[in-house]
Amino acid sequence: MNRRPVFLITMLCFGFAFFYIPILSMIVYSFNESRLATVWGGFSTKWYVSLFSNRQVIAALILSLKIALISATVATILGTMAGIALARFRKFRGRVLFSGLVTAPLIMPEVITGISSLMFFILLADWIGWPGQRGFTTVTLAHITFSMVFVTTVVQSRMVQADQAIEEAAMDLGSRPWQVLFDVTLPVIFPAIMSGWLLAFTISLDDVVITAFTTGPGATTLPLLIWSKVKLGVTPDVNALATLMVLVVGLGVVLAGILMSRADRRRDADARLAYQANE
Amino acid sequence: MPAAQAEPFLRIEGVSKKFGSFTAVSDVSLTVEKGEIFALLGGSGCGKTTLLRMLAGFEDLSAGRIFLDGKDMAGVPPWLRPVHMMFQSYALFPHMTVETNIAYGLKHEPISKAAKQDRVREMLDLVQLTQFAARKPHQISGGQRQRVALARALARQPKLLLLDEPLAALDKKLREHTQFELMSIQQRTGVTFMVVTHDQEEAMTLADRIAVMDKGQVKQVGTPTDIYEFPNSRFVAGFIGSITSFEASVKGRDGDHLVLDVPALGAVQARDVPGLVEGQAVTLALRPEKLRITKNRPDATNVVEGQVKDLAYFGKDSLYRITLPSGELVQAHAVNANRGEDAARADWDDRVFLSFDPASAIVLAE
Amino acid sequence: MSKAYKTGWFDRKGWSDIIIGLPYVWLVALFLLPFLIVVAMSVATKTPTAPPFSFGGDYPLLNWEGYERVFSDGLYLRAFLTSVVNAAAAMLLCLIVGYPMALGLVRVAPAWRNILLMLVILPFWTSFLLRVYAWMGLMGKNSWFNKLLTDWWNFVVPVDWAVNSIPMMHTNFAVVLVMVYTYLPFMILPLYASLERLDTTLDEAALDLGSRPHQVFFDITLPQSVPGIIAGGMLVFIPAAGELVIPTLVGNSASPMIGRVISDEFNQARDWPMASAVAVALLVLMVVPTMLYSHFQAKSGGAK
Repeated sequence: MNRRPVFLITMLCFGFAFFYIPILSMIVYSFNESRLATVWGGFSTKWYVSLFSNRQVIAALILSLKIALISATVATILGTMAGIALARFRKFRGRVLFSGLVTAPLIMPEVITGISSLMFFILLADWIGWPGQRGFTTVTLAHITFSMVFVTTVVQSRMVQADQAIEEAAMDLGSRPWQVLFDVTLPVIFPAIMSGWLLAFTISLDDVVITAFTTGPGATTLPLLIWSKVKLGVTPDVNALATLMVLVVGLGVVLAGILMSRADRRRDADARLAYQANE
Repeated sequence: MPAAQAEPFLRIEGVSKKFGSFTAVSDVSLTVEKGEIFALLGGSGCGKTTLLRMLAGFEDLSAGRIFLDGKDMAGVPPWLRPVHMMFQSYALFPHMTVETNIAYGLKHEPISKAAKQDRVREMLDLVQLTQFAARKPHQISGGQRQRVALARALARQPKLLLLDEPLAALDKKLREHTQFELMSIQQRTGVTFMVVTHDQEEAMTLADRIAVMDKGQVKQVGTPTDIYEFPNSRFVAGFIGSITSFEASVKGRDGDHLVLDVPALGAVQARDVPGLVEGQAVTLALRPEKLRITKNRPDATNVVEGQVKDLAYFGKDSLYRITLPSGELVQAHAVNANRGEDAARADWDDRVFLSFDPASAIVLAE
Repeated sequence: MSKAYKTGWFDRKGWSDIIIGLPYVWLVALFLLPFLIVVAMSVATKTPTAPPFSFGGDYPLLNWEGYERVFSDGLYLRAFLTSVVNAAAAMLLCLIVGYPMALGLVRVAPAWRNILLMLVILPFWTSFLLRVYAWMGLMGKNSWFNKLLTDWWNFVVPVDWAVNSIPMMHTNFAVVLVMVYTYLPFMILPLYASLERLDTTLDEAALDLGSRPHQVFFDITLPQSVPGIIAGGMLVFIPAAGELVIPTLVGNSASPMIGRVISDEFNQARDWPMASAVAVALLVLMVVPTMLYSHFQAKSGGAK
């Protein structure tokens, strides 16, 4: 169409303003001298200084990263298995229940997952004496459970897309079942496994509600720390912390974007190569 | 061909395959000789691919047995069968190069590294892809992918190579060229080929023998000539090439000819088919190129008058559609042997005579 | 079309047992079992013991009081209503804002498209909590944004209606606004996916047959994007209806949403049975749109 979609472009501009003005405002106010977080009182970096000297924040960050690393890794292993099972096994006993179990956590409200996990851990402690104290372990277990289904979704859809004949081809060429798994299946779905891991890592790092229910004394993750501060209102040091987190993520996404566009360009070059090979 | 007495290279014996209540392959028996190109020809859903997958070991047999080189294949998993397959999608490993794709099967061979390298080089040379050895599958053209798939399947020197619609993914021009390339590679390697295809021309060009399949059953097995000139059923006659068919009944025999009563054509003489009895209902099938079109009544055994309804000029030949007095339409081909305007050539609405030899008339009981 | 994989590596006995069994056992133990505890707890009786519930003994084995209260006590009914209204409002606003954006993304030059798509996804990767927090900074009484809005309000309305500052924080309006902000990418992405697939030659065909551009939109584009609208709507409505963080931070505690009620019953009142009964009721409420969604998906999947 040769008509320029003026209305659509206006809406895009409005939408992106809506997306980014709050974040930009937060970044600007993180350099606010004033203790009153919403009133401008001059430029200062003192909130960043106080942030870096805040042991509590550093400890929470380390705990969050530890939980996210472990839970994302276990969730990726379990989630990949489930994804493979659902994509490749046509029939097995309890398939209906199984596919229900990998979708339900996706739509289950976090509050309900939270109270159910907490009641489970309390009752379990009552029955068998474990877990004696809630904290790192219980939070990690809960995170694995609700993030593995995201991995499953990603892996399953990649498995379904992949040409199933390549597994047969490997078998036809003399590979035993376990060799097919390592030679063909896993390498082909590897990108999906990686993005599943990244998703699980982010979800774990970001979670407030389920963590709040399943944690115990002494195990405060970064989102929980922010949550407890934010409930009391807007404070300049949270602005500073938020700015740092947004910058780290933003940088990561931009980097990923650059890598992706480079991969795009390589794909274009490959297509050209294939086209030239035709002649 | 070797003596019929010897054990055939591949023997398929009463093989059936059921998926639940659906019968995909029903009581198929075939034999294939060593070094043959054998084609399974049929429409989609006729069971040809299922049969191929049973040979490769991907599907269990519901009934029957398969013997390859005298060995019963029952219970032999795909990775232990000396049978390799070229998949319709080619199924190239996307994360490996052309070279590692071809070398993949050799991984499991108990031969030296140098011997493996030699074999891969030989294969690359065979399919003329040496200069593309380091490319990934998505960096080469469709025709080259097809050749990689072929080289990969041949690298382990299979006793039997299964080709599932080997040319379906190629464009028309490339397909013709590749057909001959496949045949020459088969001749050089001496491997027995079993080709599945829905394309009758492809089957006729490639194969030494063809099995025509329909609804899970083998309808006819024979050389391309057998199948085309002497089809044994209406299905085979209609599937291969085009025909015009007429209801008919056997009137009697005149010497070594069969005399048919064809309501649309009158009395027709045809080559005798043993076993037919007087009064039996049969089908008369006529191939367009076996009919002669003349403006004057010819001196021939079987002649019928008609009027040209449609004609399509293709250059080297023309296709006529001729209305018979009974109202039926007959298709006939005429080669345009003379250049330019030809007074003898029939035109729209011309009254013409169609004639054919008794030997050209196909009589089908089935 | 899937073929029988009688000899796949995954069909070998030991392999398939591990690959299915491990995640299966995990989900049964850590998801299904806790969920069944919630269901059972919803008919237990609250006691002053630890843990604070009982089945049988001095109390009835099955106590339906929780469910009776859900349907009779105005607090719960109001909370449900607030949740549904807020979530529906957020969903509609997301659609109104998100649809033109998604269509815009499809129509902009390809060179821009990837960058803009990245900008849509970027907020999704940043902390949810911080995105809510960012709006707290804007909606507060003294913030520049609130002042700007207040000035504009006082300028356009009669003097009698003038206000010192627009009350934004701790209102349902704030809840809906922040929900739209946080869930908008969930609406845009499925819409974009369904709009991107559309064949633009259909638009040209419609124009060629005499339709005006706006008619092309309503006759051709919109009907074809219905699956995307439904998917996006579900992705916004379902999490929004059960939301806890947003109403806690910016909502009105006098008219709480249902997530807040569950959390409060559990943590403050320590009434596990009541919290569980409300939770089960919320799930039932969510099952309806989910079933509709999967029904619709199955139908459109079958038509493909």
